[in-house]
Amino acid sequence: MAVAAARLPSPGGLRGLARNETLRNRVIVAGLLLLGVAYPFFYRMIPSAIPAPDLNNLIVMSYYAILALGLNIVVGFAGLLDLGYVAFFAIGAYTAAFLSSPHFDIHLTWWIVVWVAVAIAALSGILLGAPTLRLRGDYLAIVTLGFGEIVPLVFRNLPGDITGANQGIRPIDPPTIPLAGPWGDQLSFSNSNLQLALYLVLALLVFSYWLCQRMRDSRLGRAWMAIREDETAAASMGINTVNTKLLAFALGASLSGFAGAFVGAYQTAIFPESFRFSISITILVVVILGGMGSLRGAVVGAFALQYVNLTFLRWVGQYVNPPLNSVGRSTGIEFLENFVLHSYNFLIFGIVLVVMMVVRPEGLLPTRERKAELHGIGVAAEETAATADEVATHETALEEAGEAVTIEDLPPEDQKRDR
Amino acid sequence: MLELHDVHAYYGNIHALKGVSLTVDEGEVVTLIGSNGAGKSTTLKTISGLLRPRLGEVRFEDGVLNAVPPHQIVSLGISQSPEGRRVFPRMTVAENLEMGAFQRTADATLQEDFKRVYRLFPRLEERRSQRAGTLSGGEQQMLAIGRALMAKPRLLLLDEPSMGLAPVLVELIFDIIRTINQQGTTILLVEQNALMALGVAGRGYILQTGQIVLADSADRLRQNDDVRKAYLGG
Ligand SMILES: Nc1ncnc2c1ncn2[C@@H]1O[C@H](COP(=O)(O)OP(=O)(O)OP(=O)(O)O)[C@@H](O)[C@H]1O
Ligand SMILES: [Mg+2]
Repeated sequence: MAVAAARLPSPGGLRGLARNETLRNRVIVAGLLLLGVAYPFFYRMIPSAIPAPDLNNLIVMSYYAILALGLNIVVGFAGLLDLGYVAFFAIGAYTAAFLSSPHFDIHLTWWIVVWVAVAIAALSGILLGAPTLRLRGDYLAIVTLGFGEIVPLVFRNLPGDITGANQGIRPIDPPTIPLAGPWGDQLSFSNSNLQLALYLVLALLVFSYWLCQRMRDSRLGRAWMAIREDETAAASMGINTVNTKLLAFALGASLSGFAGAFVGAYQTAIFPESFRFSISITILVVVILGGMGSLRGAVVGAFALQYVNLTFLRWVGQYVNPPLNSVGRSTGIEFLENFVLHSYNFLIFGIVLVVMMVVRPEGLLPTRERKAELHGIGVAAEETAATADEVATHETALEEAGEAVTIEDLPPEDQKRDR
Repeated sequence: MLELHDVHAYYGNIHALKGVSLTVDEGEVVTLIGSNGAGKSTTLKTISGLLRPRLGEVRFEDGVLNAVPPHQIVSLGISQSPEGRRVFPRMTVAENLEMGAFQRTADATLQEDFKRVYRLFPRLEERRSQRAGTLSGGEQQMLAIGRALMAKPRLLLLDEPSMGLAPVLVELIFDIIRTINQQGTTILLVEQNALMALGVAGRGYILQTGQIVLADSADRLRQNDDVRKAYLGG
């Protein structure tokens, strides 16, 4: 590549720019991760006037990011509307609970359990996908919605000695590493050690992101996008649409199971009540908010939404609730008397979503395609600028085509998809 | 090479093909002519596997295609430029072409085929980073044909490639069709523009309400009075 760039000075320059951008992205990611790792050491020193998230909030944000990445495969990549995504989350969490708790007296180590949870969630994804693949749009949404309702109900309503019924399952063994030190005879990654739990979930998030990126840029990723754009045309291209859509369901579900296995072990307890429809909707909102199909969007969307949900609204509430409550008490208006800002979180998300759809329908960090599609002429200039760059990179690719060029090497455009 | 034998196809209760039989031999350009709703696109769909014949047989080389799924039919060597182009609007021109080669990822000759398509359609090369949805109708048609070629088909199905194009562009497209054929690809060409189609094709079939009513060499079809009246404007 360096040789080609040297041979073609001016496109080489443009290519250099593109490379700088990758470098910049890497630096940003590394910086954010470093911040995440350092955060447990200094967040207590942050003055209370600043609404900083605590470690538990940060952990919730992170596993929602994993969930959003998974749903993004189904909704963003393959264009299949799934309203029952919480089902796989529940399946992952229950798998962890069954395999590492006194409930069945099985105590497998979490490091194995997590993969079992992933596999079972993926299978469930196929189970849901197989009969529903012929459905499109609204019908698919309704069936998945039903699935998302049924699964937690099954966990709740089966006899208690099978799934724990309403009481759920506890205590679930936390993930541990038998490493002795000042902290005791092992490292334990659960809510009794938030710092370590945060590190674990961040690692899972990085892994999930990497996986999604690989999938997006693979043959499979292109097949999903083709199906999303035009299923019939995709079939005529030689894409096996049935298997490709099933894989979207399976891989999306497996990330949900992944997050579920973490959450079960992290909370060391699960209840059927915690897998509500609102979780499916929240994750979908995150994906839309971030920008459908955009990986960075899914992560940033999850952090933003859960930050507002868990930290910001409560912080604002400190200042807003007391005066409103006292006004309520003196005037006898019950609504004001009992006003708690963060209990209106879903109303606020709804408003945010509506506002977003009006002012920025492509999401916070959209993919190149969606930005262009939704803003048409608005991005024409930017498109042209990108085009010069892309032509240049493409040219270089052609230059290098002396040897066998596989399709993976060919489109430098692909790598820009998320920018 | 391709043989349809008494093919019947339905959309629900609509009997769209009522016993279509036709053959295409290696190296030929064969055209299928008919007016709106005659069943031309339906015939192509039964060949590419998007629609299953309820009766009859679709044979390609030595195999029966009736139950073969569309993605396998592509790898057998049949690809299609569908009616209404159906390019992937949000993908670039280059990405669309690459989708056409979906079945042959690890193929070392892929780069050659990009070059071949760009030689046939220099316009596509100029626009390779442009999103397909923003191409003009004619450019989209070129892309649809180019994309089908990227599958390296031995049999190319073209569904109304002249639809909605200015006369100059129609000429150009038909020239290219001729070139593609000369490069060794067999072509089944569906057209309403009978004049142009009979110009490039060696033989033709006339389809009317799901039935073949006439089959002959292109020259004789051009002379035929009924054909002249119905499809050649007198
Ligand atoms: N998806 C479908 N569902 C129901 N009926 C259909 C469908 N597609 C086509 N038909 C019907 O089948 C018949 C043949 O359609 P077809 O698309 O093959 O015509 P065509 O010869 O390609 O016409 P045109 O030149 O207008 O493209 C028509 O009567 C049409 O209404
Ligand atoms: Mg048609």
